[in-house]
Amino acid sequence: MQVNFTHKQSAHCESGVISNLMRFHGLDFDEPMAFGIGSGLFFSYMPFVKLNGIPVVTYRIWPGFIFKKFSNRLGIKIERRKFSSTTTAMTELDKMLDKGQPVGMLTSVFYLDYLPAAYRFHFNAHNIIVFGKENGRYLVSDPVMETTTDISYEDLVRARFAKGMPEPSGRMYYPVQLPGEYPLEKAIWTGIKETSDRMTTIPIPLFGAKGMLYLSKRLRHWPERLGNRKSILWLGNLIRMQEEIGTGGAGFRFLYAAFLDQSSALLKNDELFDISKQMTTNGDLLRDFAYYAGRVCKNRTSDTKTFSELADMLEACSQQEQKTFTQLYQVSKSK
Amino acid sequence: MKEDQVPQDKENLNEGKLAKLYYATDEKGHYKKVNSVGWEPETVAMQQAWDVVNNEVEEARLKVIDGKASPVLYYLKKNIMDVSMVASYVGTLGVIVRLHTIPYFFSKLSKKTLEKYAYTFRISVEEFTDIERLKQKHAG
Repeated sequence: MQVNFTHKQSAHCESGVISNLMRFHGLDFDEPMAFGIGSGLFFSYMPFVKLNGIPVVTYRIWPGFIFKKFSNRLGIKIERRKFSSTTTAMTELDKMLDKGQPVGMLTSVFYLDYLPAAYRFHFNAHNIIVFGKENGRYLVSDPVMETTTDISYEDLVRARFAKGMPEPSGRMYYPVQLPGEYPLEKAIWTGIKETSDRMTTIPIPLFGAKGMLYLSKRLRHWPERLGNRKSILWLGNLIRMQEEIGTGGAGFRFLYAAFLDQSSALLKNDELFDISKQMTTNGDLLRDFAYYAGRVCKNRTSDTKTFSELADMLEACSQQEQKTFTQLYQVSKSK
Repeated sequence: MKEDQVPQDKENLNEGKLAKLYYATDEKGHYKKVNSVGWEPETVAMQQAWDVVNNEVEEARLKVIDGKASPVLYYLKKNIMDVSMVASYVGTLGVIVRLHTIPYFFSKLSKKTLEKYAYTFRISVEEFTDIERLKQKHAG
């Protein structure tokens, strides 16, 4: 059973799945719109939460959040299900496919064999859409891929029931009720307000622009605190979290800037375009940081001077983000 | 990032399977979508993470050949898992998995338990328990 499904590639999996699923149901939202309305942008650095011994840094909001906010703001009803039995999870999926309904789901990239091997770590919150079944294989629209692909029953079971943190537990979701009319303008402003508020006003120094400043302070002392090998590893992790599938620090800034750009055209608001340009600059700063950090990793030598320079770059990013989002909050406050 | 700055570094780990989507600006600062075949800093960071994994796999392999650890340790490392993750796949406790990495306890395992491990590591029981195979890996 195969439905008429149009796949468009996206930069980020969650916003990409939203965009592709909604398009199927007749609501045309480009990826940046989905990301912006769902308030996807964020930053946090929590040195006490570690994955494989390396502190977690994230340039986006927690998985699942974007979809939830997006559908709430537009009045779309989403049915979400999770399963304890793999067989039930797969039969329920088949039932939906028989009805011609594409289904979004959480997977672990480790079991998605169509991805390049280098990307396949145990990242368990990757969103994909399964839209059909052909010769016993499931047809997959993975938002980060250029075209659609397919996966075997067994691999899909493994991907949907991967263990570790977080466990997908066969989670799947699909819209059940779509609004005839939706408050687009209001949804955009609410999305903007939440993101800019969160980036600037959370009174804990681990989150938002402050979080970036905090990271820069910590990073400055990595060489003397951690030694050469570890500081290079931790730095490499910053780049990976910034650029890899499902994440992308600078990438998220550009994605958000694209959202502001599109919103500015839609709402005929020039201020938003000005802020979009600022966001572009912020993204470029983060890219420069990654570029420089990449060179440090390549040479494998960490000295206090280079780390101090890297910290300065991050500090500058933090100040810029604080400035941009404060301004964005001012613009959105009255709307 | 301007559209002509979107990195197209040929040396990458994407195996030609993936050209990521980037959002980049045109001359007026408006956004459009551009594909990128790869970017060096990302490749460096990714390679670095894999070097760590591969080193641990090799260390585990040598231990298994020397009889200091069981294949559980090798395949655990090879699948980038940790003890608690393997434990939840096999349906047991971390402590038990840790015991099974010791050759003495490994040799006492039932066929059923071996099957669970083999399923977790996506190989057959024969392959899983065949230590000779690990010796050859070095040559190859």
